[in-house]
Amino acid sequence: MDIFANLWLGFTVAGTFYNLFYCLVGVFLGTAIGVLPGLGPVATIAMLLPITFGLPPESALIMLAGIYYGAQYGGSTTAILVNLPGEPSSVVTALDGYQMARQGHAGRALSTAAIGSFIAGTISTILIAVFAPALAAVALQFGPAEYFSLMVLGLIASIVMASGPLLHALGMILVGLLLGMAGTDVNSAVPRYTFGMPLLSDGLDFVVIAMGIFGLGEIIANLEDEADRSVMTKRVTGLMPSKEDWKRIIAPILRGTALGSLLGILPGGGAALASFGSYSLEKKFAKHPEEFGKGAIEGVAGPESANNAGAQTSFIPMLTLGLPSNSVMALMIGAMIIQGIQPGPSVMTEQPTLFWGLIASMWIGNAMLLVLNLPLIGLWVRMIAIPYNFLFPIIIVFCAIGVFSVNNNAFDIYMMAIFGVVGYVFRKLDAEPAPLLLAFILGPMMEEFLRRTLLFSKGDPSVFITRPVSAGLLIVAAVLLVAVLLPAVRKGREKAFQEE
Amino acid sequence: MTRIRGQKDLGIGVIYLALGLAGFIIARDYSFGTSGRMGPGYFPTIISGLLILFGIIAMLRGILREGQPIGRINWKGMALITLSVCAFGYLLETAGVIVALSALILISAAASERFRFELRAALGLVAFIIFCAVIFIEGLGVPMPLIGEWFK
Repeated sequence: MDIFANLWLGFTVAGTFYNLFYCLVGVFLGTAIGVLPGLGPVATIAMLLPITFGLPPESALIMLAGIYYGAQYGGSTTAILVNLPGEPSSVVTALDGYQMARQGHAGRALSTAAIGSFIAGTISTILIAVFAPALAAVALQFGPAEYFSLMVLGLIASIVMASGPLLHALGMILVGLLLGMAGTDVNSAVPRYTFGMPLLSDGLDFVVIAMGIFGLGEIIANLEDEADRSVMTKRVTGLMPSKEDWKRIIAPILRGTALGSLLGILPGGGAALASFGSYSLEKKFAKHPEEFGKGAIEGVAGPESANNAGAQTSFIPMLTLGLPSNSVMALMIGAMIIQGIQPGPSVMTEQPTLFWGLIASMWIGNAMLLVLNLPLIGLWVRMIAIPYNFLFPIIIVFCAIGVFSVNNNAFDIYMMAIFGVVGYVFRKLDAEPAPLLLAFILGPMMEEFLRRTLLFSKGDPSVFITRPVSAGLLIVAAVLLVAVLLPAVRKGREKAFQEE
Repeated sequence: MTRIRGQKDLGIGVIYLALGLAGFIIARDYSFGTSGRMGPGYFPTIISGLLILFGIIAMLRGILREGQPIGRINWKGMALITLSVCAFGYLLETAGVIVALSALILISAAASERFRFELRAALGLVAFIIFCAVIFIEGLGVPMPLIGEWFK
């Protein structure tokens, strides 16, 4: 089997001392920022992007990926011990996990989350190894029309996950596309939206936008109400789940993994949606649904497995199609571009060590997390206790130095400050900025694919619906859009976000 | 004055409309081309047009439909954080990293309601600045002057 040969190659890459070290750094940092509410993987990866310039591409991506799935582990720790979601994807974990902790079962809740995540991580690593090559093979047949339609689908899907009114999210996509236009047009060499400033001739740097909107903007929003946190300072004991527990959690873990893997692959999916879905699924399957919300172990096992599976399979569209399904994946694409790698289906054939090394490192990283997390729980508890008023100036410092180091230019720092305000204002107006970042990255590519498609068809736009694959992708996008507009789905979506 | 029913819708509508109009007007300077041969103005014009449309719809929704109020705006946080970052940008090459970081941290920390002077926090500040100088300048080689032109 090819898969085994490929995975073997991956493990030889990921297993080198150098890459193991960066994997460890990634998952450790990821857990740390996952534990801290108010600092997410998007801001962290954006901060670290400039540092990855000097690393080999494999090590850079292995570390950045570790931050993302490591954050899923960390987020659950905060959810269980403080009843605060460290990450949006661990919102539902707080419902039952915190109740378990209050009843003195914090250890069991934490280990259930860790074991569930590990099983989910293992299964989804195999899924990626099986499905990614197949998908990449299909994608190699894509022409510009298919790519354009695929990006339309990706953007539409990203608003399914965005909170707030649909109209606002659609507008954010357009704003992102427009921002992506800034800089020199590749075909005509005409500088667009540069306002005569030579510093803008290369366009806006997406690190600047990401850190401004997701780093600074979020800090301003977080400072609106500085709630006190009451940490469960009681010693966490009884880490191993009993035989009885195992029986109760194994089915939810597998169901959560399946659901999470599926939702993760969909553009716009990822960890958060998966955990919400899994929680309601477990509630339906449970023998004692009345226990949910009062410390049901299934309510921790299912969503925690689902969010980790979703986090991992969201790498599939990124690696095979070059299509980011969420903001973190958008940053990963950025990291590849920085390394001089053109994202897309050719990554697998042209950069096999990167592709398989990254996949293998995910399994290694998950194993590290399982080992790391439980013994280090004391450290995480102490980290949660750091007050936010000490934390946020440090985050701003890292953002500011990080942005400066991209081009060694103070101009980028001022731009970041502007985007901080922009990010805060958009948040206040219920317009979630994640689709904006996605559209910003995809914008120039979409324009190019549109131009090529229409050049081949001599200006006839009907090719988008006469080519079957392109038509299929657009139909899926239309169905998604209509589905979000349907009253029943809309209510469910609003409800899911109200719990945040 | 009549009460605005959907503040958030109206607010985002105004922003979308303004951005769309700006994008549209600026894009008129770029050649539009034809569909078969898209000029540099083609794609921006379409996007700006859609943005104008969305802006108008959102504004109408805000005026006609019941919506949510914007709520309290964190002016202090917004102003201080923006100021702190801009101060860092300005001071970095003129006064050097040490002064720039101190300004950034102190101004931004003042955005918190719990900001007050404490000896422990001040010592932490000094330690953190040393940490940053060692990691970023020595370790990662970011070209930031420790002491800027002003003091030379």
